[in-house]
Amino acid sequence: MAEVRRYAHGSRVPGWDEAADLSKDPSVVPDPATTPVPEHVRAAITAQMAKYPDIRSAAIPALHIVQREHGWCSPEAIEQAACVMRLTPAYLTAVATFYDMFSTTPKGTHDVFVCTNISCSLRGADAIYEAMLSAAGDDPDFHVTRFECLGACDIAPMASVDGEYVGPLEEADCAQIVDDVKAGREVLPDKQLKKRPKAETYWNS
Amino acid sequence: MSDQLLYANIDEPGLATLDGYSRQGGYEMLRKALQMEPADVLQEMLDSGVRGRGGAGFAMGKKMSFIPKGTMDKYLVCNADESEPGTFKDRELMQKNPHQLIEGIIIGAYCIGANKAFIFIRGEYQHQADVLDAAVAEARSAGFLGERILGSDHTLDLVVHRGAGAYICGEETALLDALEGKRGNPRLKPPFPAVQGLYQGPTLVNNVETLMNVPYILSIGGAEFAKVGTETSTGTKVISISGQIKKPGNYEIVLGTPVREILFDIAGGPLDGRTFKAFFPGGSSAPVLPLTDEVLDLGYDFDTMAKAGSMLGSGAIIVFDDSTSIVDVAYKTAHFYRHESCGKCSPCREGTNWTEKMLKRIKDGVGTPMDLDIIDGVCDQILGNCLCVLGDAMAMPIASMIKHFRGEFEDYMEAKRAEAGLGPAIPQVNRGRQAGPGPMLQPAGIDPVPVSY
Repeated sequence: MAEVRRYAHGSRVPGWDEAADLSKDPSVVPDPATTPVPEHVRAAITAQMAKYPDIRSAAIPALHIVQREHGWCSPEAIEQAACVMRLTPAYLTAVATFYDMFSTTPKGTHDVFVCTNISCSLRGADAIYEAMLSAAGDDPDFHVTRFECLGACDIAPMASVDGEYVGPLEEADCAQIVDDVKAGREVLPDKQLKKRPKAETYWNS
Repeated sequence: MSDQLLYANIDEPGLATLDGYSRQGGYEMLRKALQMEPADVLQEMLDSGVRGRGGAGFAMGKKMSFIPKGTMDKYLVCNADESEPGTFKDRELMQKNPHQLIEGIIIGAYCIGANKAFIFIRGEYQHQADVLDAAVAEARSAGFLGERILGSDHTLDLVVHRGAGAYICGEETALLDALEGKRGNPRLKPPFPAVQGLYQGPTLVNNVETLMNVPYILSIGGAEFAKVGTETSTGTKVISISGQIKKPGNYEIVLGTPVREILFDIAGGPLDGRTFKAFFPGGSSAPVLPLTDEVLDLGYDFDTMAKAGSMLGSGAIIVFDDSTSIVDVAYKTAHFYRHESCGKCSPCREGTNWTEKMLKRIKDGVGTPMDLDIIDGVCDQILGNCLCVLGDAMAMPIASMIKHFRGEFEDYMEAKRAEAGLGPAIPQVNRGRQAGPGPMLQPAGIDPVPVSY
């Protein structure tokens, strides 16, 4: 039987002792005078807030904005969003930790989500994930992660590279993806989902 | 009326733009609807009998009729958080024909008297969200959105809201919470969203495909629409076929088409040299059905699938063949639901977690046949005991796999034990009542260990 990994205190919950910044009071809405927010970030978040009857609805869009700005939902990023939205950082942290697309730990700038859900794994996605990991190596710019169903089972096994859906992938494609992203080119132009016609046309032509 | 409503012209170049859509008679039905009374539009929807295409299959017209009359703030929310494994129809529909969705939303909002509408699209669909944003902007500048649409009294504002990756947000009340800027936890029902939904106002939540059917229903009339398909499953359905099959993809079929025709004629049959084993008829939440001759002859519609012990769900067919071990499929399924459980209700949070652990144990070759009984018991305890159906969505397929493929699970375990030189598994002493219902494996002559809670 595999040994259950335990943390200090006997806790089996990872991260229980990773403190948030305890020198600050999480229950206070950040003071605009002491929280510098870049003007374009403030404008983008304010524009989102204006769309909804309740400004709190802009929580997810605001987190998207600050994550794009900072690369991840760092304490500073969340504090900036909280400052503009007049919410507590604790509230936004609670939202950010719920959703898969927000990262509360530092990550690479290029997201590669490899789908390893049922349909893709039936087509060999686990091998693709391993190949993708080794293709990206320890390059800090890449954030390769396995993801639950991305909604593109017709091109299984597939991956989302910075939001661009590509598939069906073969192991050799992984190195190509890394090269394309590094060179700033379009990723695998022949395998992009958005260029694919409907299934009937695709298979019968 | 042809067999294909949504897919016939979907690859028409330029369909995603207002010009292209107008060339095909787009927004004509909106003009027609605005001349009608909202109650007449509702009557057409009721007559059509169109059922929700998102998974639950609830009649759309009925749902609309639950929205109270009056002048309070009402909302229409389009559920585009398509996250059910195996489902990808809304993605293609939104990307290629966004204006038809917008037209459907405007008509729906007019029908219930909503002045604010949202499209909640999952965060991963970045390209599709951009397409929708552009289409909404076009529709707004053409006067289809905004104040006093086409000179009528109807006002509607439409916002495309991007989610951030959570399967649970496809559940309508969790979606509303996420839209209000909270963690996406489901709410206690009742009150249902139709009475108290977004911002406490009456809210109609509908799937993309359902709303895209609205302009068609108006153009041909509800009664005419109801003639297609079977008596209780009207219209056509876009189905997403994936897994180990020759031609995966989205296909539009008339409801009631036999499963055999779908899998063999439309999707090309199994990969070379393999035979089908079983399939999920409606996404990974649907109980699996082994692909026997009887199942292949069933019609693919809401009621037949329910009668066969499964469900049509979102219309996502995932097929697997004889090269795949049922243990792997079960583990992947349980793993997904464990990852996506929001953690609000204990039966689901703990049940998905332990089921995954037990399946992992089986997969690693250290399980015993008793684990199957325990999993079965856990699934039984989850069913119907949570606020939403996420727990059920794991319990149903896992329980069905154990039911249909128990022999394969046991053979797998024995083979793994033999590989490790462990000898045949001896059923362990029943640990007590918590092991759940069903025949327990209990060696003769040994009393069960007394359990004290």
